[in-house]
Amino acid sequence: MTSEAVPSPPPRPGRRSPVASVIAHALLIIASIAMLYPLLWMLAAALRPQQEIFSTTSIIPSSISFEAFSRGWNGLQVSFATFFSNSFLISILCVIGNLAACSLTAFAFARLKFWGKNIWFALMLGTLMLPYQVTLIPQYVLFKDLGWVNTFLPLVVPKYLAVDSFFIFLMVQFFRGIPRELDEAAMIDGCSTFQIYYKIMLPLSLPVLTTAGIFTFIFTWDDFFGPLIYLNDMKNYTVTLALRSFVDSTSQSDYGGLFAMSVLALIPIFLFFLFFQRLLIEGIATTGMKR
Amino acid sequence: MTVRPLGADSDLPVGGRTATAASPWRQFWRRNGAGYAFLSPWFVGFFGLTIGPALISLYLSFTDFNLLQSPHWVGGANYLRIFTGDAKFMQALRVTFFFAVVSVPLKLAFALAIALLLNRGLKGLPIYRAIFYLPSLLGASVAIAVLWRELFAGDGVINHLLGYFGIAGPSWISNPRYALWTIILLSVWQFGSPMVIFLAGLRQIPQDLYEAAAIDGASRARQFWSVTLPLLTPVIFFNAIIQGIDAFKSFTPAFIISGGTGNPINSTLFYTLYLYQEAFGFFRMGYAAALAWILLIIIAVFTGISFLTSRYWVYYDE
Repeated sequence: MTSEAVPSPPPRPGRRSPVASVIAHALLIIASIAMLYPLLWMLAAALRPQQEIFSTTSIIPSSISFEAFSRGWNGLQVSFATFFSNSFLISILCVIGNLAACSLTAFAFARLKFWGKNIWFALMLGTLMLPYQVTLIPQYVLFKDLGWVNTFLPLVVPKYLAVDSFFIFLMVQFFRGIPRELDEAAMIDGCSTFQIYYKIMLPLSLPVLTTAGIFTFIFTWDDFFGPLIYLNDMKNYTVTLALRSFVDSTSQSDYGGLFAMSVLALIPIFLFFLFFQRLLIEGIATTGMKR
Repeated sequence: MTVRPLGADSDLPVGGRTATAASPWRQFWRRNGAGYAFLSPWFVGFFGLTIGPALISLYLSFTDFNLLQSPHWVGGANYLRIFTGDAKFMQALRVTFFFAVVSVPLKLAFALAIALLLNRGLKGLPIYRAIFYLPSLLGASVAIAVLWRELFAGDGVINHLLGYFGIAGPSWISNPRYALWTIILLSVWQFGSPMVIFLAGLRQIPQDLYEAAAIDGASRARQFWSVTLPLLTPVIFFNAIIQGIDAFKSFTPAFIISGGTGNPINSTLFYTLYLYQEAFGFFRMGYAAALAWILLIIIAVFTGISFLTSRYWVYYDE
């Protein structure tokens, strides 16, 4: 069903009156406007003159200026350039870690034979249910004792230890769909187990790796709780933390700057939406990913 | 593949010690080495970051750990206080349950309604689907929570819009009667991903069932109640579980909209927010660990009950 999840469905049997279809479109258009209005309003608020922001409900600015962006960019003691590069660095490192560690784990579960496999697999699935709050405090103590608080390590290192069971499960499912004959042929040709993983499985698993990579990026980019407890120094803040500081400091009420930075924070996710929408929607339709 | 009972580690390579010269360990390694080598990062994470910490936090929940001094065993004192003497805990529970019980059904109702509209073979499905999906992709961002906070402020846009209809709205986010509703609305606004799942589920329903129903003279409404809805119950169930668990774990919107306080008068004190305050505001780590374990049990019970009741209302083929 993966390839069929996207094209539009065949019309239902029976005649649809044109009136019904017009009503359906009207409802959907009204709903679309309501759904998009907050986003468009925020975009307009970032572009319009400051005094206009809260005095109008229109989503079309009377004049466009990018002044709020430069104001917001330097609105805190540290420039947003730092926050964006921190967020990018953390997100990219997490993507690499998640893809490498989860695919290694998934390969073992999907393809290799070893003692206790079913038990380990069941335990891995069991951790899907575990809310992160349960491991939070001992993890915090551990990272604190290691001297990792106020560094990116507590946010990044766990991804290299395959803690995202959901992506492991996703990859196991995908790997199982790849014909075993390919591994066997490779083995006869003298490939080692690692070469089979690296040269056969990974290249054939590009769709699932892309989906997992994009979602890891988005989840990490949006993560608020992790940075909130581990990053104290503003130089290390991610964009999410910086936005929160911005809200707290809007007693000086630079709302234009706040909305401008909020818009920028959404742009990377929006780009994924533009270019990988099909893949994202398929990922959700077939796996029930949360977003 | 053979699976032996857990805990039989030491006498594992049964028979290895009999005639052959190779040591049992070497044999074990030859047969299982690759698997365990591939799993090694996961093992470190599983024991070091998941199971180990989970058990330690269970232990800490029976102590007075405060991050500065080493923990002292206090028995069930934390749990006793939580259940008998902690008004904030009860409030956090009330807020979170209310949020879950209101937002999840509303969200799923919107998701299903729009999915049904979209599934009628209308033109422009991909565009509509993209528009409805976008908020749920962006919605978890702090940027959106920030936006929400300003939209529903006293002089925010929502009150401007209501003003056109002659309604003078309150300051939604600082009014204890409405603050939680703004967060519910934010959650319902993100109905896009369950909608996508519903659309995929609707496409799985065989067309011939509708044809057969139509021949038998079933009206459209009847077809919906007797064909679509029953066949969709597994998807409804799945969505309800996912969204329900998510509702219990919700943190960021309440944190941003209330400025980390859960105010006005604790009306947005979500469970996770309360836990965060106890752990990282007051450093009552032992107490917070007990809260975390209670959360785990709540989620497990919720999921368990859902699965138990599912056999009465979820339709499974065969």
